[in-house]
Amino acid sequence: MSTLDDIDRALINALQDDLPLTHRPFAPLAERLGLTEEALLTRVKALRESGVLTRFGPFFDAAAMGGAFCLCAMAVPAEDFEKVMTQVNAHEEVAHNYERQHRLNMWFVLATETPEGITQTADAIEQETGLIVHRFPKLQEFYIGFRVAA
Amino acid sequence: MNGKVTDREIIAALQGGLPLVPTPYAAVADQLGIPEEGLMTRLEAMKQSGVIRRIAAAPNHYKLGMTANGMTVWDVDDAALSELGPLVGALDFVSHCYERPRALPDWPYNLFAMVHGSSAEEVEEKRARITVLLGDALRGADILYSSRILKKTGLRLRKKG
Repeated sequence: MSTLDDIDRALINALQDDLPLTHRPFAPLAERLGLTEEALLTRVKALRESGVLTRFGPFFDAAAMGGAFCLCAMAVPAEDFEKVMTQVNAHEEVAHNYERQHRLNMWFVLATETPEGITQTADAIEQETGLIVHRFPKLQEFYIGFRVAA
Repeated sequence: MNGKVTDREIIAALQGGLPLVPTPYAAVADQLGIPEEGLMTRLEAMKQSGVIRRIAAAPNHYKLGMTANGMTVWDVDDAALSELGPLVGALDFVSHCYERPRALPDWPYNLFAMVHGSSAEEVEEKRARITVLLGDALRGADILYSSRILKKTGLRLRKKG
């Protein structure tokens, strides 16, 4: 992060807003930052390569990718944690899994082709582990404003 | 004349990101074999329907110094949630803000909001702002810090239709 200059920072901040659907969508921003489009794109490529930007493109609603998603949590006894982690992670439907500091200490997201797939996978994990899989599907989404200030 | 391209094909073509060229939509349209205008019309419709949230950069929080994050959870009066939820979601330090079902008696919380900051102190300070925002509708709260990533494969479009 030490190599970011002021233009990079302005670019990172501006590129978190919606890119217009126009023939040359980068042109207005390039002009505002006093860059050519080529120079702007060279910087964006460098930011992608260094990993400062993980991605540039459309943010899809996860459900639009097809299938169903559900956040799940389990209270795993400390002595069984590694064993249960292995059992849970072995399911390809488990997209990510985090250890968290709470009585409910294992939190993972299930991603399946169908809504029934969520129930099947969660039930299978309960059977294998003998532990309850709490299911927290999203009921309403309020995510609107998040931006990382560079 | 839009050609016969499905939303899934458009999503698949853009999943890895937009090409970093001066005319990216023309490049993608070319790849899909449809006119640029046609692609833009489809993308506009996908934005309207919510399939696409926005076309933008995803920064790596960690590389920009936002190394602390906590999953804040709140027990909010159901009657007030639809009004207060959007206010929490609109905070610029909150990502992934959702209403989720409670799991009583273990889990009384119905609002989840990921809070990001450069330190645990900053996360706590931001969390205090949410506490104030929720006011009288707030009945209980907690914060869960992640101590370890156990798996992270990301979400992928599967081969289908």
